[in-house]
Amino acid sequence: MATAHVGGYRPGLVDLKTGQISREIFVNEDIYAEEQERVFARAWLYVGHESQVPNPGDFFVSGMGEESVILTRDRAGQVRVFLNSCRHRGMKVCRYDEGNTTVFTCPYHGWSYGTDGRLVGVPYFREAYHSQLDRLQWGLVEVAQTCVHKGTVWATWDKDAPPFLEYLGDFARYLDQMFDSWDGSDGGTEILGGVQKWLVPSNWKFPAENFSGDSYHNISHRSVDMVGAGPSGSGRRDMPELNLARKLHIAIPDRGHQTTAYLLPREVEVPAGYQHSPVVSDYFKKCEEARRQQRGDWGRLITLVGEVFPSMAFLARQPRTIAVWHPRGPHQTEVWRWFLVDKNAPQDVKNFLRDYYIRYSGPAGMTEQDDMENWGYAHKASRGTIARRYSYSYEQGMGTEVDNYEWEGFSLPGSVTDLTQAKSSEHNLRNLYRRWAEFMEASDWDELASWRRAQRAAAE
Amino acid sequence: MSDRDDRFVEMLLTHEIAQFLYREAELLDERRYEAWLALLSDDIRYWMPMRRNVKFGEESREFTREITDINWFDEGKETLTRRVRQIETGIHWAEEPVSRIAHLVTNVQLIEAMPSAAEAREVSVKCRFLIYRNRVETETDILVGKREDLLRRDGDDWKIARRKIILDQNVLLSKNLTFFF
Ligand code: FES
Ligand SMILES: [Fe+2]
Repeated sequence: MATAHVGGYRPGLVDLKTGQISREIFVNEDIYAEEQERVFARAWLYVGHESQVPNPGDFFVSGMGEESVILTRDRAGQVRVFLNSCRHRGMKVCRYDEGNTTVFTCPYHGWSYGTDGRLVGVPYFREAYHSQLDRLQWGLVEVAQTCVHKGTVWATWDKDAPPFLEYLGDFARYLDQMFDSWDGSDGGTEILGGVQKWLVPSNWKFPAENFSGDSYHNISHRSVDMVGAGPSGSGRRDMPELNLARKLHIAIPDRGHQTTAYLLPREVEVPAGYQHSPVVSDYFKKCEEARRQQRGDWGRLITLVGEVFPSMAFLARQPRTIAVWHPRGPHQTEVWRWFLVDKNAPQDVKNFLRDYYIRYSGPAGMTEQDDMENWGYAHKASRGTIARRYSYSYEQGMGTEVDNYEWEGFSLPGSVTDLTQAKSSEHNLRNLYRRWAEFMEASDWDELASWRRAQRAAAE
Repeated sequence: MSDRDDRFVEMLLTHEIAQFLYREAELLDERRYEAWLALLSDDIRYWMPMRRNVKFGEESREFTREITDINWFDEGKETLTRRVRQIETGIHWAEEPVSRIAHLVTNVQLIEAMPSAAEAREVSVKCRFLIYRNRVETETDILVGKREDLLRRDGDDWKIARRKIILDQNVLLSKNLTFFF
């Protein structure tokens, strides 16, 4: 029995030997405060898409954990990410969602900042400050590192965090499917206009674990399966693949990223989906062929739902979306969702997919609505003094994952559970919480980058 | 017809339209979804844009665009019908147990009657709405905004041919939109 909310985080709350995780990590206010420091201030976080700021002076106000940040392109064309808070007294410098500007002028006392973050204007600089204020020191706070990867913009507050691609590790290949176009060409996706933002009454880890690979929540979505919201009529829209392919959980243990994927057979052709629309069906058929040609075995892999630790989730197939879970206190999450399509897809295909995305995802999404109901009431029913004494069970499929998974001569990096046999597993969820606990316990990135130690040891 | 007659005809039409909108709200609040669906024309567009914070004078970018961008809703009768069917499965957890919903429709303004108020075959009408939803125990949402409807004469009654829903929120303060506006 886990003792109830005495203090904050301590080792043992995430117990992967028994497969039990304490409810405290979801509902405890002290743990929430600690995870802002230890997780969100140290990890790489998704900020937005380069196509949201195509021109110098363009900006998009985004979020990193609890903070508001400004994603902008400075006059030199560089993508920059700044804390959206005036250095003088903290006023939110930019309260527009997006736009174009030469300076961000603070509405409180009028300090103004260039798109490169520099403090360029201070009212009464000569008279009141006697020209003494060191303006170079008082620019907007910038993130420690920024990375633009296949159009997506990532940032971290921690200067010691490893470069983003190293942070991804072997997961990069799986994640790339999200940003490459369906025919396999590099980074060929674009963002549709409009970012959905809404509040969900649960801890941010409920959606995070769900997108990490909750392969067990079929009953959640039974109503939508019955009436059909999918592009191929009623029933589960992925049936053809389900019957032919291997369905896999793939986790990268030392990084905390995980996804679900289909691995298609080498020889058998998968029947075309999207029969409702010949244009769309044709498009995807051509793309599939091209991808297989271009990518070989990797072209047989279709990444589905996954999570980049800690708070960026993606759906690489249709509906193709990126979601970010912004913590808003232990009991609330603000979800932001971006929608992607292939840049070169015919307009008809884009329209068709856009319709489908809206119908499936987000607060009006016939599928996602039922997830949020469950997260909200699971959270609520876990808050009581008695309730939080009892851990959740994450025992499903413990110890059944393998490290050298191979099918039809293609071996995959990561730790893999074959769901075609197992039907379901909580392997990916355990992977998320393993990494989360490491972040909560590690004192610095030296400790967190365990793979570097392994590499050093191998070199010696 | 005299001016007075014209105004009288317009008043009657406004009254008729308002009564239609109240009756529609009644159907939704009483969960009589089949009857509600029957009020929608087969070619209805049901559109609810998302709203951005923009500078004064840049209002053209305030709303996400119909057909082009991502919106809260941007759909037709087929999808609306599926939404009804989903509620009727009895296992659509987001509406199970069913919510208690009240639609308050006010500020009904007749904007245009085509070709005329006396022989109106189509009318465009604006109103304000307040939707109150309470579910399970204490969960409560209040959504306020404007609606712009295009109604089409259908025998003795009207059909809704187009509905634009303008919700006065930026970050949606409700976890879902499982109800109708
Ligand atoms: S808070 Fe921005 S100028 Fe004072
Ligand atoms: Fe789900």
